[in-house]
Amino acid sequence: MTTATATLYDTIEDVGKDLYIKALTDIPKDVRKALKGSHQAEVDAGNTTASKIMLTVLENVRLADEKSMMVCQDTGLPIYKVIVGSKFGGDLDLLEVKKRLKLGAERATKEYPLRSSTVHPITRKNTQTNSGQGIPVIKFDFNDSDKLEIWMAPKGSGSENMSFLRMLKPAEGMKAVKRFVIECVFESGANPCPPVIVGIGLGGTSDVAAAMAKEASVFRKVGTHSADPLVAQLENELLELVNQTGIGPQGLGGAQTAMAVNIEWAHTHISQLPVAVNMQCWRGERASAIIDADGNVTFGN
Amino acid sequence: MAEITLQTPLTEEMVRNLKLEDTVYINGHIYGIRDATQIRIFDEGVPPPTDLTGTVLLHTAPGVKKLPNGKFEKVCIGTTTSTRMNRFYPPLIKEYGVRAMVGKGGFLQDTVDKMKEYGAVYLAIVGGAAAIETTQIEEIEEVWWEDLMPECLWKFRVKNFGPLIVAIDAHGNSLYKQVKANAAEKMAAMKF
Repeated sequence: MTTATATLYDTIEDVGKDLYIKALTDIPKDVRKALKGSHQAEVDAGNTTASKIMLTVLENVRLADEKSMMVCQDTGLPIYKVIVGSKFGGDLDLLEVKKRLKLGAERATKEYPLRSSTVHPITRKNTQTNSGQGIPVIKFDFNDSDKLEIWMAPKGSGSENMSFLRMLKPAEGMKAVKRFVIECVFESGANPCPPVIVGIGLGGTSDVAAAMAKEASVFRKVGTHSADPLVAQLENELLELVNQTGIGPQGLGGAQTAMAVNIEWAHTHISQLPVAVNMQCWRGERASAIIDADGNVTFGN
Repeated sequence: MAEITLQTPLTEEMVRNLKLEDTVYINGHIYGIRDATQIRIFDEGVPPPTDLTGTVLLHTAPGVKKLPNGKFEKVCIGTTTSTRMNRFYPPLIKEYGVRAMVGKGGFLQDTVDKMKEYGAVYLAIVGGAAAIETTQIEEIEEVWWEDLMPECLWKFRVKNFGPLIVAIDAHGNSLYKQVKANAAEKMAAMKF
């Protein structure tokens, strides 16, 4: 167990800044692989426009790498997920962690500089800092490691505006769940920049369902499946149905409407069947850092 | 599905000739607008500070860096969802002579109908592909209404700006509508 020092909090602030920039410039490996797969699928299906769109997507990712540019202009709303290991610094001041991550997001905005996308909900006045009341969103979770893990996602708005919650009836069962998800994909159409990652929160309470949908769309890797075989089967079934809609890349038609359907679940009440859906656009932006007991940082995504 | 390069300003004839799923590249100038810009023009009644006749507009709020000489340097310029701003396009065409909108997500039927009546198109860019877009914008030449930052009115000089897909033409056809109609049919046949 380490002792939290002033240096550690400086490191956390730097990590908060670096992760914001990394998430916007460096597409995760699993997403890159899925995008290549989507391109190939459109080529194989003989969809000319969809193939052209996917080729442009791949070229954009390459150009962003080559010139160290942002992939997309939407700096999103910054979300940090902090996983505190129980064997990492027993005296870690979580309030200080929160303050430092907020400072990190503000520094990224000023120093890069990033466009500020954060406004007051009534006046619409832009804070110009990508921070404000309740922003960045900072969530804490815990595990039994000796590390401090920080995940970051600058959640883009085209996809975030395509968020849905329905309290279904238990008597309607899985049929209603599937129908609801497909209706959400249909209503979203071109807006969330398909091919998307469809995140689903199944069960829990309404707020838990919404939070799980976000976890599923943003932090779950493409190509992974739920540990529960029943849920994993539902993921596969839904991915097939979503792609049968033919909405395709950018909603202009094609075989690839979604790269993945990820479901996070929780038990729920005898009289409830909550389902939340949250979309993630094709850039699938996220970045992570692991800080060890000596304060060494390893970045990933 | 032709590939066409257009030089701005555009005429009604130029846009009437474009067909659904044609690929377009733009040379010349493109003007950036967003929600707040259009709210100022149409809800607050402030006319645009520059002539928009024959222009191509882009739904954007760029990331920029202000230089000591007052000019703006591009950092990241991308495209936002158009559907939110559906109601502004018909008056932009009718009152100010705009001929093309570049965006993502498309417009609704009422606007598609007006585009046919007034003669204008909607060109779909690949949303999220801002690295390419930023590279194809050579310079930010002018900025009006800086108080709306980043939702100002922007004038960009562009070279081979694209690929842009003709997703709504000037004859009442919408690729979005066709794709949605097809999806609705597929959904009706799905067994849950």
